[in-house]
Amino acid sequence: MPDNILEVRGLKKHFDLGKGALKAVDGLNFEIRRGETLGLVGESGCGKSTVGKTLIRLYEPTEGEIVFNGKSVSKMNAKEQREFTRNMQMVFQDPYASLNPRMTVGDIIAEGIDIHGLYKGKKRKERVLQLLADVGLNPEHAGRFPHEFSGGQRQRIGIARALAIEPQFIIADEPISALDVSVQAQVINLFQNLQKQHGLTYLFIAHDLAMVKHISDRIGVMYLGKLVELTTSEELYANPLHPYTQSLLSAIPIPDPDVERTRERIILEGEVPSPLNPPSGCPFRTRCPHAMQVCAETMPPMKEIKPGHITACHLY
Amino acid sequence: MSEKKQPTKILDVKDLKVSFKTYAGEIQAVRGVSFDLYKGEVLAIVGESGCGKSVTAQTIMRLVPSPPSFIKEGSITFDNKSDITKLSERAMEKIRGSEMGMIFQDPMTSLNPTMTIGKQIAEGLIKHQGLNKEQAAERSVEMLRLVGISNPEGRIKQYPHELSGGMRQRIMIAIALACSPKLLIADEPTTALDVTIQAQIIELMQKLQEKTETAIILITHDLGVVADMAQRVVVMYAGKIVEEGSVDDIFYNPKHPYTWGLLKSVPRLDLEHKSDLVPIPGTPPDLFAPPKGCAFAARCPYAMDICLQQDPDKFEVTNQHKAACWLLHPDAPAVEPPVGKGGKVHA
Repeated sequence: MPDNILEVRGLKKHFDLGKGALKAVDGLNFEIRRGETLGLVGESGCGKSTVGKTLIRLYEPTEGEIVFNGKSVSKMNAKEQREFTRNMQMVFQDPYASLNPRMTVGDIIAEGIDIHGLYKGKKRKERVLQLLADVGLNPEHAGRFPHEFSGGQRQRIGIARALAIEPQFIIADEPISALDVSVQAQVINLFQNLQKQHGLTYLFIAHDLAMVKHISDRIGVMYLGKLVELTTSEELYANPLHPYTQSLLSAIPIPDPDVERTRERIILEGEVPSPLNPPSGCPFRTRCPHAMQVCAETMPPMKEIKPGHITACHLY
Repeated sequence: MSEKKQPTKILDVKDLKVSFKTYAGEIQAVRGVSFDLYKGEVLAIVGESGCGKSVTAQTIMRLVPSPPSFIKEGSITFDNKSDITKLSERAMEKIRGSEMGMIFQDPMTSLNPTMTIGKQIAEGLIKHQGLNKEQAAERSVEMLRLVGISNPEGRIKQYPHELSGGMRQRIMIAIALACSPKLLIADEPTTALDVTIQAQIIELMQKLQEKTETAIILITHDLGVVADMAQRVVVMYAGKIVEEGSVDDIFYNPKHPYTWGLLKSVPRLDLEHKSDLVPIPGTPPDLFAPPKGCAFAARCPYAMDICLQQDPDKFEVTNQHKAACWLLHPDAPAVEPPVGKGGKVHA
């Protein structure tokens, strides 16, 4: 099997709104290595969730190629497509909206198993109980309905459902942002333990940079539909290159009063421009403290500044 | 609290108990909360969903609908007025918006979509300060300029849907501060915002507070925002205050196991090493039937027999740092706190 579980080349997802195209994702290139966690961060509207939904084919990409396990997804035959959907699963943000309220937890978890015909009868039941145990729920929970559970428990159910058909790759779209702090840590630890046990690869989409740093091996930063920086999580925090990454990191308050008293903050002017009418050239130039003439003219290409540290900025 | 530095006490909440009557029984949302607040101070109330932090704040402004809620016990002294829990709704209306302002979490739903921005700011000015329409409009423009909105003369004619989330939160702040209140309650003011916008709003609130010396109650679950903004912190759990002290007390010398748990369960962005997150096991208790002893005992790794039997008193660590935990009793076994200075987590 190839080293990269997933390769994305020139991925675009535009939504036609009649009065013009909303370029939610506009030309993304990256790869995800087998067994790693790639974090994808950015503010609301930057297109990070659209990337996740396009990769799992909830959206049809406008342009570009998605290569999964060495095979281009658009060229797969029916059998390969089935294999692909079995190997890629998703955990959603809202644990209240993403579980069918009229199905029992057992049936929710087993839905994928039924669709792919993996187990039947007694085997199916055993598998469901095993999955419940894996995510820290009790066997008797199988017969209950989603409304009987707390947010954290529901997210565990969502994770069990994603694991049910033994995927290689899981896309987690803001899986903890609806949860309380102490429960977030429970769910993050669960993600990490499951990764160790099953050798899973994650794409972890979130806006909480501290949590993303904690769980990710590498992190990609998005702004207005474009990837602006990609590197290992240690390097990104120790040595951010793109001015957007720098300001994003400095904007996050650290839970330590002494640090906060002495820290210099880069406060960005203004707000993210509308993706319907993005600025010419580099999308960040309207808020960038280092913007130059050239930034308005051309979008800087992704360049490897140091081994394994890529950024798209005219400063480098 | 050093009386010399901050002589003016704005708020004194004593043994406040608030419950909700439902068909299933009585939910005891706030179960005996006492704290005070001085002029120019930022007091943060932290805790997780359902701990009673929002109900406490809304009770001060009497915004919790009654019924189903009712103030079971306790008193609230505001600005040396006698107990405001006894005031009539009409008397409260005079205080609300003029002497107390509030910023809500969700700027999308807390503005009136059918009124222009200008009218919404002017509303309070006309009602409470007796300004006429022109004066109020002029003052609205000033307020918008103060909260950093460009082209305020044009903006006052716009409707909330024409503005972004960050701008709406600035409008909320302008409305809350229009009548120069003595107390501002900010209930998760930045939770719905992106981090770069959050940084802008925090900076704005700090700048305005320096100018006006308004006392702020900041309700949040984000410990980073607390470290950034607050001078004093109250930690709530299951309707009670479990620990209170200065920010340094709470972050560098926390005494309650729940505070330890909160500090250990958030990852630190600025630290090189990745330490494991230590979640707090289990979930908060049911407030229909709160446990007899300490509400945190069921999730507490240090729980002793007495914790299940009897609710702990508040023990004083210093005269402003208090924690409600039996571990602080002289007869309790010594426990090495698992968190230390600089967020270092011990195993």
